[in-house]
Amino acid sequence: MSVDTALTQPAVTRAPAEASQRSRVLRRLRRNPLAVASFTVLAVAVVVALLAPWLAPYAPEQTDFSNTLAPPGTPGHLLGTDDLGRDVLSRIILGVRASLQVAVLAVATALAIGVPLGLVAGYFRAADSVISRLTDLMLAFPFLILAVGFAAIRGASLGNAAVAIGIAQIPGVIRVVRSDALRLKSLDFVAAAVVDGASDLWVLRKHILPNATSVVLVQATVAIPAAILGEAVLSFLGLGIQPPAPSLGTMLSTAQQFATRAPWAAVLPGLAIMVLALSFNVFGDSLRDALDPKASRR
Amino acid sequence: MTTTAQAPSRVDAPPVLEVRDLSVTFQTETGSVSAVDHVNLSLAPGEIVGIVGESGCGKSVTSMSLAGLLPRSARIDGSVRLQGQELVGAKPSALRAARGRDIAYIFQEPMSSLNPVLTVGRQVAEVLQVHERLSRKEVQERTVELLELVGIPSPRERVKHYPHQLSGGMRQRVMIAMAVACSPKVLVADEPTTALDVTVQAGILDVLRGLRDRFGTSILIITHDLGVIADIADRVVVMYAGRVVEQAGLHELFERPQHHYTAGLLSASPTPGRHAGTHRLQEIPGLVPVLSRQPDACTFAERCPAASERCSSKAPPLEPIGVGSGPLQAHEHLTACWHPRGDQPPQSPEAGR
Amino acid sequence: MSVFKRRAAQDDRPTAGHVPPAVPAAHGNEVVLELQDLVMHFGAVRAVDGVSLQIRRGKVTALVGESGSGKSTVGRCIVRLVEPTGGQVLLNGADVTHLSRAQMREHRRDVSIVFQDPAGSLDPRMLVGDVVAEPLQLQGGRRSRQERAERVTEGLQRVGLRPEVARRYPHELSGGQRQRVSIARALMSEPKILVADEPTSALDVSVQASVLNLLADLQRDIGFACLFITHDLSAVEYLADDIAVMYLGQLVEQGTREEIFARPRHPYTQALLAAAPVADPARQRERRPVLLGDDLPSAMDPPSGCRFHTRCPLAVAQCVEEVPALRKSGGAVAACHFVHEDGSAPDIRAGHATSAVTPAATTGSPA
Repeated sequence: MSVDTALTQPAVTRAPAEASQRSRVLRRLRRNPLAVASFTVLAVAVVVALLAPWLAPYAPEQTDFSNTLAPPGTPGHLLGTDDLGRDVLSRIILGVRASLQVAVLAVATALAIGVPLGLVAGYFRAADSVISRLTDLMLAFPFLILAVGFAAIRGASLGNAAVAIGIAQIPGVIRVVRSDALRLKSLDFVAAAVVDGASDLWVLRKHILPNATSVVLVQATVAIPAAILGEAVLSFLGLGIQPPAPSLGTMLSTAQQFATRAPWAAVLPGLAIMVLALSFNVFGDSLRDALDPKASRR
Repeated sequence: MTTTAQAPSRVDAPPVLEVRDLSVTFQTETGSVSAVDHVNLSLAPGEIVGIVGESGCGKSVTSMSLAGLLPRSARIDGSVRLQGQELVGAKPSALRAARGRDIAYIFQEPMSSLNPVLTVGRQVAEVLQVHERLSRKEVQERTVELLELVGIPSPRERVKHYPHQLSGGMRQRVMIAMAVACSPKVLVADEPTTALDVTVQAGILDVLRGLRDRFGTSILIITHDLGVIADIADRVVVMYAGRVVEQAGLHELFERPQHHYTAGLLSASPTPGRHAGTHRLQEIPGLVPVLSRQPDACTFAERCPAASERCSSKAPPLEPIGVGSGPLQAHEHLTACWHPRGDQPPQSPEAGR
Repeated sequence: MSVFKRRAAQDDRPTAGHVPPAVPAAHGNEVVLELQDLVMHFGAVRAVDGVSLQIRRGKVTALVGESGSGKSTVGRCIVRLVEPTGGQVLLNGADVTHLSRAQMREHRRDVSIVFQDPAGSLDPRMLVGDVVAEPLQLQGGRRSRQERAERVTEGLQRVGLRPEVARRYPHELSGGQRQRVSIARALMSEPKILVADEPTSALDVSVQASVLNLLADLQRDIGFACLFITHDLSAVEYLADDIAVMYLGQLVEQGTREEIFARPRHPYTQALLAAAPVADPARQRERRPVLLGDDLPSAMDPPSGCRFHTRCPLAVAQCVEEVPALRKSGGAVAACHFVHEDGSAPDIRAGHATSAVTPAATTGSPA
């Protein structure tokens, strides 16, 4: 309900006017301790990822055979070293960078392909039958087999891992965008545009897409942790980032051999993966709640 | 269902529902909102009272607060006495016991109030099972009786139907049956006909009237539709921005509205015989305010054609006006206005464009 | 891209009056839109089944009916949001029934629509000014931004809103203000016909009054034809010149406002009038409502013969077997076997014993 701000009766205190969606969402996020905490972690992670080459105390491939499997706290190696004497901290820092690179690339691929397809499927009923069946097909296809196939054909690398993960995420994006497009299509303002002569492209571009951004945003925050985990899995299996390039997944896989002797080499990268994924998930949940149009109740 | 001789509401008997100084404030994420401010209300046995007002006036919040149906973010002050029992601040178990047995509700959207996966009979039976100790057979019989009471044809067959098999009017009748299953003394109907077609509306109002005539059920009907009020209410309460601005017997209110908001509402409603070519509907300029705190002033003043300095510096109390003579004075006529309209005709004629 | 920069919320109290035109509108009553036997089936649902209607310039035609009557569907057919299954829609004489989207473009400027729900009818992501300007952009962008902004300001003022409203978002406005914006937008293309689909049903009483007054003023000043789709009979009595009553996809009665309200002939019209609550206790209480029974037939399987026979107190065998044609009855047109050509018809509101009533001869001249 809007407030007539022109009327200035000093005796009357008016309730604050309804804020725009963006400020409302921001306010809700700011008030939610979990949102703030997870956002902080993510901000730190992003900064670390961006500045990784300068933050890492050692080059990640730098070996030191005199100092293999050193425990955390060893002078010069805050988090210890692995079996080749490489600094765990540096490798984790660069591993985080790699994970985020893959995640961003993967999700960007998924959105670039999934959003248009989702919009088309939601808006054009004829296209929907085709696209939805394709989506079902893709969902039925096991992600790992896709990744293995990809690696076999194109070779294992960071880029290919990102693409494989991205492709696996397309169906999820299509589903979500499609259902929002369906909902938006039936609203009166779309009908009004059509009555005024808008073409389908106009409606999609000017009305449906801008209104679907919130679901896309939420989907992205859900897709990123999945991509991070995906990268860890692929690299663990040797289908992603290839050693000696640092990756949280490869760190886990090589650490298997000496897990009992130097548990930190496995636990720490694992912890990093977990913290990243958890923070994105928690933030995504908070964002979804904040975007919920229903008023919050204290 | 309509009886020609209407059971008179016993205005002199002690009220079955008494609301004193009821105030409700909400804490929202943007600040506090004062939804209801010191509302006084009473309902005599067998009386039908209509609360009328536009969106934001607080009528629904008032009705929901009676049986504690508001969310936890609502702060309720004041007193609500149902047959002597205090409901504000009562223990949740006491409120739950009162709901359905002593006070029942029907709402606007029967489709969302009925469970789509249970048969109609099952849902009515559920109400009986919660509050009364009856054998299975007795419950079944009573269910059919109730459906018949609310005017559902072929009740024995209908008992087995699901909500989606019934039309909107039928579903609302089922809601009424569920509400009166345990013969509550007070029935609160919040916009019961708003979502229904006009030809169905009359039937529902008839059912409600019948309940009062046969069982002496007191009904509190909340609506924005003056026509519904004109049809069914004995007494009318007009609310604006959380406060009661006028209260009177039905005919008295329509013929001699004292508060300028009431008069505005009446003039804004199209009535038979007035066409756009020769008349103009009276508009009330401005908007209903959303207040975080109720001021010591008349909140309608800024939109009122008769406002004065006094109106914005002191809140007018709800007081009886000078009582006139005649059969229309069965109820007191109260208004909260420094400049009541007196004997001015209800609609300033704006004929002749 | 937006024509309007976002500014802080400012005063937008509605201006006292609207902007009157320089020259009083003088118009004959040419037929702007004609429906011939319009049929619209959505799969098995027979939403509209043979509706013929003429909408004239300078007149407000009310299309009255309850839920399931098909009145909204008729509106959507007229603005070609859907393509009719049968019959014809003639806009300014041109047959637009089956035109493709591209072919419809040149006709789009002649029709506009205002919807019921103020919350859903404006794009929440667009500034009000852009919402109002959209028809101008869609119908040939030969105008400069400046010109568009001027047209928008004019349009907003015409519906009683201050120009500053253009820089606000829809959620900052009240329901009544949003409806005014919808109306301003609808009038941007200077349409010959405005379809108003329940424009006041979601508004409060006092706000309804201002929107109804606005529609009456605009219609009188500009002279467009207006199809006012609603179930609210009191609004109809206030605003409409002609009335068409629909039941379950068909027209049951048509006539001028005076005729229909003074002498409704079809039992359904009578029931509607009897049931519509009136804000006047004296009149309301003296009416005896006709209780029709709540069982509404489905549009997928409408009753045979006269579709109203399942709820009609007058129904006889003929009503079940034979579809009554819409025929002349005095000053109106009605589809009922009991209605006579001279205008006489039983009035179910007065509680006539149905045995005293006989159907008119079936060989009546069709309307």
